[in-house]
Amino acid sequence: MSHAPALEVSRLAFAYPDGTQALFGIDLTIGVGERVALLGPNGAGKTTLVMHLNGINTAQHGSVLVGGLPVTKQHMKEIRRRVGIVFQDPDDQLFMPTVRADVAFGPANMGVRGDDLDACVERALEAVGMEEFIDRPPHHLSFGQRRRVAVATVLAMEPEILVLDEPSSNLDPAGRRELADILRSLPITMLMVTHDLPYALELCQRAVVMNEGVMVADGRTRDILADEALMAANRLELPFGFFPERAFDD
Amino acid sequence: MSGAHALFVHGDSLIHRLRPECKLLAQILFVFAVVATPREAFWAFGVYVVMLVVLTQLADLTVGFVAKRLVIEVPFVLFAVFLPLIGQGQRIEVLGLSLSVEGLWAMWNILIKGTIGVAASVILAATTPVPDFLRGLERLHLPSVFTSITGFMIRYSEVISQEARRMKVARESRGYDARWLWQAKGFAASAGALFIRSYERGERVHLAMISRGFDGRLPEVDDGRAGTAQWAAAMSLPAVATLVCVLAWAVRP
Repeated sequence: MSHAPALEVSRLAFAYPDGTQALFGIDLTIGVGERVALLGPNGAGKTTLVMHLNGINTAQHGSVLVGGLPVTKQHMKEIRRRVGIVFQDPDDQLFMPTVRADVAFGPANMGVRGDDLDACVERALEAVGMEEFIDRPPHHLSFGQRRRVAVATVLAMEPEILVLDEPSSNLDPAGRRELADILRSLPITMLMVTHDLPYALELCQRAVVMNEGVMVADGRTRDILADEALMAANRLELPFGFFPERAFDD
Repeated sequence: MSGAHALFVHGDSLIHRLRPECKLLAQILFVFAVVATPREAFWAFGVYVVMLVVLTQLADLTVGFVAKRLVIEVPFVLFAVFLPLIGQGQRIEVLGLSLSVEGLWAMWNILIKGTIGVAASVILAATTPVPDFLRGLERLHLPSVFTSITGFMIRYSEVISQEARRMKVARESRGYDARWLWQAKGFAASAGALFIRSYERGERVHLAMISRGFDGRLPEVDDGRAGTAQWAAAMSLPAVATLVCVLAWAVRP
């Protein structure tokens, strides 16, 4: 085991080809096993940051290290194994004709074959409680089931850090809770991009807030959600009737 | 219920268990043999029909089921019905209609061969889920570009048609109920929007693919090869059909 942090982003800056500057020197370090919520309004640069974590975008300034390994062209294959991104729309993520083929897609690209591949697929589906759907086509599953299979497609690659883009969006309350139980049960470093603040509070001890391409806050999720001035300045609002300080009282 | 596609019928029959590449090749060769059979050899087509009935039984399907699905053939063979009317040459009188003998033969030829071919395809489709079908094609060395495009097409046809339905509902909810050509603007605009959306989805899917290590080639899933017994069982169908075909040519007057 290396002692490097799971993720180390330092002074990362990025501008799109049309000149729009999306990131202005982001610093973010996530320790192994941490679950961190990435909060911020639309257009804050959250997705742009996520796209840097597995090398879809490459750093123009600054650096991104995953488990000590820099995100550069020559390490791309290993980086993509280490960083698993679960995209927002499971229909974008599940493109193969069956659940089995889809979950096998990532590890097969990494060169896993035969019995090892089968075992890997079964383990990943078990982790999200979807093993009985292994031979179904993805479009015959409910939205919540598809989201869980999307998580499995990434888990099958045995990543070191799991990045989730709006994991609770479009889920019904039970589906949202089931996914939370699954995510909590995974012994893995997690970065969760979300607008669902109660979800962030429930699952992540730590939260960071981005706005206009800079990191504006980093701390305990409870403290951040309780900081009214900070919240208001970054277009973050709690749902009606939700009080973070009371969420854990029993 | 959980069939991989609308044509598939769940089951665990001998035919269901046959490897898809064996079934596919058997089906293709069988159709070749049928098509190559001289149209005058009525008995040969009788043998083919009996073979298909046996196949239907082996596949745990009913003849009625296959017959119902044969309806798909109707628009394609409809023109054959007119051949006796417009055909040239010697004519005979049937129920007061003057029909061309050559046209009647042509109609029979198309109808019987088409029907037998479609029936064989119906049985194949009812016993082979789409993913297996695609894998079978791959193992028969069809380039993987074709099989993966077909796979994506099937996977996303439902997603895109659902999107189209939602757009239709949204159009109608705002009072758009096009009946006439000059009202087509709303429809055309949403067709364009659907195209853009599908294109953007393609980009997102590609992003999700490269995030999981895609490097331009879909990974081949190696699940072994079909055994000799599988091939032998599957090939018995075209073998018998070929024999019948050859015999039909040999005994032709």
